[in-house]
Parts: sequence; C-alpha cells; structure tokens
Amino acid sequence: MTLVNAIVQGIFLGAFYAVLACGLSIMFGVMRIINLAHGDIAVFGAYLTFVVVDHTGAPALVAFAAALPVMLVLGYILQITVLERSLKAGLLTPLLATFGLSIVIQNLLLIAFSPDVRSLGPAAGALTTASWHVTSELSFSALGVVVLAVAIVVFGALQLFLSRTRAGWAMRATAEDADAAELVGIDSRSVYARATAIAVAIAALGGLFLAIRSVFDPISGPTQLIFAFEAVVIGGMGSLWGTLLGGIALGLAQTLGAEIQPQFAVLAGHLLFLAVLIVRFGGARLTLRVAR
Amino acid sequence: MTLLNVEELDCRYGLLQAVRGVSFEVAQGEIVALIGANGAGKTTLLRAIAGGHRPHAGKVTFDGEDVTRLPAHRRVARGIALVPEGRRLFPTLTVEENLRVAAAGNRRGRWNVKAVLDTFPLLQARRTMPAATLSGGEQQAVAIGRALMSNPRLLLLDEVSLGLAPVVVDAVYKSLANVISEGATVVLVEQDLTRALRVAGRVICLLEGRVVLEGEAQSLDRDRVVGAYFGLRSPSARGEPR
Repeated sequence: MTLVNAIVQGIFLGAFYAVLACGLSIMFGVMRIINLAHGDIAVFGAYLTFVVVDHTGAPALVAFAAALPVMLVLGYILQITVLERSLKAGLLTPLLATFGLSIVIQNLLLIAFSPDVRSLGPAAGALTTASWHVTSELSFSALGVVVLAVAIVVFGALQLFLSRTRAGWAMRATAEDADAAELVGIDSRSVYARATAIAVAIAALGGLFLAIRSVFDPISGPTQLIFAFEAVVIGGMGSLWGTLLGGIALGLAQTLGAEIQPQFAVLAGHLLFLAVLIVRFGGARLTLRVAR
Repeated sequence: MTLLNVEELDCRYGLLQAVRGVSFEVAQGEIVALIGANGAGKTTLLRAIAGGHRPHAGKVTFDGEDVTRLPAHRRVARGIALVPEGRRLFPTLTVEENLRVAAAGNRRGRWNVKAVLDTFPLLQARRTMPAATLSGGEQQAVAIGRALMSNPRLLLLDEVSLGLAPVVVDAVYKSLANVISEGATVVLVEQDLTRALRVAGRVICLLEGRVVLEGEAQSLDRDRVVGAYFGLRSPSARGEPR
C-alpha cells in the first residue's frame, strides 16, 4: 500500500514539475531558446503574487489572477527587448543572455525582499492542508489534486490552441520554419513574443504552486530550473505532452526513490534523467558507429 | 503600368556577392522568367523581392511604394507572394492548415481553401494529412496554393519543377496556366529553358549576379539564350552586349 501511495504522490509531484517545465518546453520548441532564467521567472511570479497578497490580503489564487496579466506583459516585453536581439546573434547568445537575466532577477529579488524565506501557504487557506485519507496509508492532498488538474487543463488548453486555432498554427509553422512562415505572411516577431508571454505566465503558475506547497527565497530559481529542465529532457525536447509525461516520470522517480531511502529522492530523479540521456543520445552514437 | 521595379540591387552573403547591380521592371500582368546557371543569383534575387533576404544596396519598389526595408510578412500583406525553392511546407501541419495559416494577411480576393483545392484536385483527398506525408508533386501544389492564399498581385515562383517527375511538372504547369490566365503577374525561376521560353512573355538571363540578356521570349533564339546562360561568347550572342 505504501507503494501505491508513493506512486500517487509521485504523480502529484510530477504534475507540479510538468507545470514548471511547460514554459521551458514552449520556448525551446518554438524558438530553440534554452531559458536559464526560467526558474527565476517562476520565483519572480511567486513574489509578485506575494506582494499582492501582502498589500490586499487577498487569497493566493485571487492574487495570482491579478499577477497573471502582468507576467504575460513582462514576457512579451522580455522577448522584444532582450531575447529577440540575442536570437539574431546565434544559438549560444540567448543562453548567455538568459543566464545573465537569471542573475539579475535573483539580485533584484534580494534587494527588494531580503534573503528571508517566504511562503504563500498561509494565504492559500484549506488548499495547503486539506486532504482525503482513503486508507491509513493512502491519502490525496487537495493541493496535489488541484495541481494535477491544473496541469492537465494547461497542457490540454495548449494542445487545443496549437491544433485548432490559426494563431496556434502560426506558432507551429514559425517553430518549424520561421523563414518560410515570414514568406507566407506570418509576423514571426509577434509569434515569438506571444510564445514567451505564454511561457512566462505558465512559469509564474509553477512559482505559485512552489510557493503554496513549500517555501521560496530569491535564490530558489536555479533548483526549480533543474527539475524543469530534467522534465523537458526526459519527455523529449520540445514535445508538449512529452513534457507532462516527463514531469510525472521525474516525480515518480523521486517518490519511489524516497521509498528506498528518504535521502535518495532527488538523486533518483537525477539518475532517471541521466539514464534517459544515455539511452537517447548515447544510443544514437552507438547506431551511428554501427552504420559506419 | 509598372508593378515591380528593381533598381541597382546588390545582395551579399558575407563577402560573397550574389546579385550585382540588377535592375529590371515588371509590368502588371506580365510573365517574366529568370534564367541562369546554378549560383547565378536567381533565388537570392527572388528572395530579396519577397523580403526573405535583406539587400546590401539598391531599391525594390512595388506598386509605387518603396518596400526595400519592409519585412517579408508585410510584403505579403501588400500582395507579394513567394513559392520558395524546395517548397518549404510546414511538415507537421496538415494540407489545410498549411493553406489556412497563410491567409493571415487578410487580403481579399478569389483564393481560399476551396478555390485552391478546386485548382489542384489532387489535394482534395490529402486535405487532413500532414504535409510531410505528401508526394513531391502534391507538396509543390500545396506550396503554390499556400502562396495563392494571400491573393497576391505578384507571384514569385522559384524552381517549381525542381525534383519532380516530368509528368508531374506538366501537371503543375497546367494548373499554373489557370492561375496565370486570370491575369496574375508572375516572376518565375526555371531551369528548363524550353519551358521558360514557352510560359514567359519576357526572359531575363542572369550570369554571376548580373543581367546578361533580356528580351521578349518570342524574339530570342535559343542559341543566344544558351550563350548568355553559360557566358559563352558565341557569335550570335556577341551582337548586343549588355
């Protein structure tokens, strides 16, 4: 029964990682940008929500609804002011630019909020603590269920957007061949800016869940980036549903690892990530050698 | 009436100069063929007109407006459409999505998904299939249809016969004849000299980025064109050096 519980908790945890990873996956899929500031943007979103809660006393979810449009706009501006320029200078430059952005965000947060640890748990009310105990060893936390449901809604909505709407087709077309997309009348600059806006907003959602389920401080970003990055790689770079599955695989590895030994949890996730890397890319090299 | 005016256009890739001081005009309703050997600068010239390549110097005027600095997607909105070399479809998008995504310019006219499928009936059954699964001829038809979706006033065709079986090329040109007969203005790049001379009203021959021969397709004899094409100083080509 503890195994079943570990699997259930792993899926809940994995859904959280999937939400964190979603924006990273979008930016890589559409623009081939690996956004090293993604974790910091998530934490920035958490702080923004925290500020709203602090000033208005609103519940965390309401405060987040106010922060969301701000994050969308910030994402759009980030693309047209920083990332678009860096993209023109080759593939490596956006990596450096977002690395710099990561440091800038961390230090701005340190100046504004001090290194104190915060949490949005108290502002989220019953969502933080409520749970359903099915048996003595199996329980569903309200937060876990909500995160999983939100993850499915977010990925489902993105899927619908990309497969059913003209703006979604334009995004896929630009991702596949930006030059050809321009030549058929698609404004690739605006498509890229929209993609970044969506990615940044979903990152903030990940930051919200992080802030409710645990605590955060100005330098929490890089740790979240590693989990998000692992989820993206495990699921296959640039594949949306793959990212959801990759996040869940990572969550499962961590909770199942913790069953063996509690200290083994995070390491088990890293080992899964390494195993996927070896199988996918090491394997490719092997077949190449055989083909020669 | 002049629809397109190219003046002293220079295009470079780093140090390589692909197009050198090319000037020509295209009148409304004209069919112009650009010919020349590989590397003569035909594709670069078309891309510069469509906005896919930013020229180093010179000017492109479309319908009286200087469009030299305009990005490609805004030229599409003005009525310039390019069928790029190698088709360049969006592989995971279906045929219909490939067509509809290109209608973003919102230019009004007779072309829509239905009109394109009527013109290229072979696409009817492929409508919901990803473009990557289509045959070369079908892909070329989608590429032409995709360009038509913006209801262009100027259609640029870059080697629509490349990599296709002769039978398929015939079918593609047959469909194009319908488009052309409706009064479209076309600039096309074509390797097949005979076909270029038959389809086009006027021929412009490029050699190493320069215009070496220009004239009515009717008035040019094949030997002169071949001479200009390869840069040979054949007796017939020596008559009017440019």
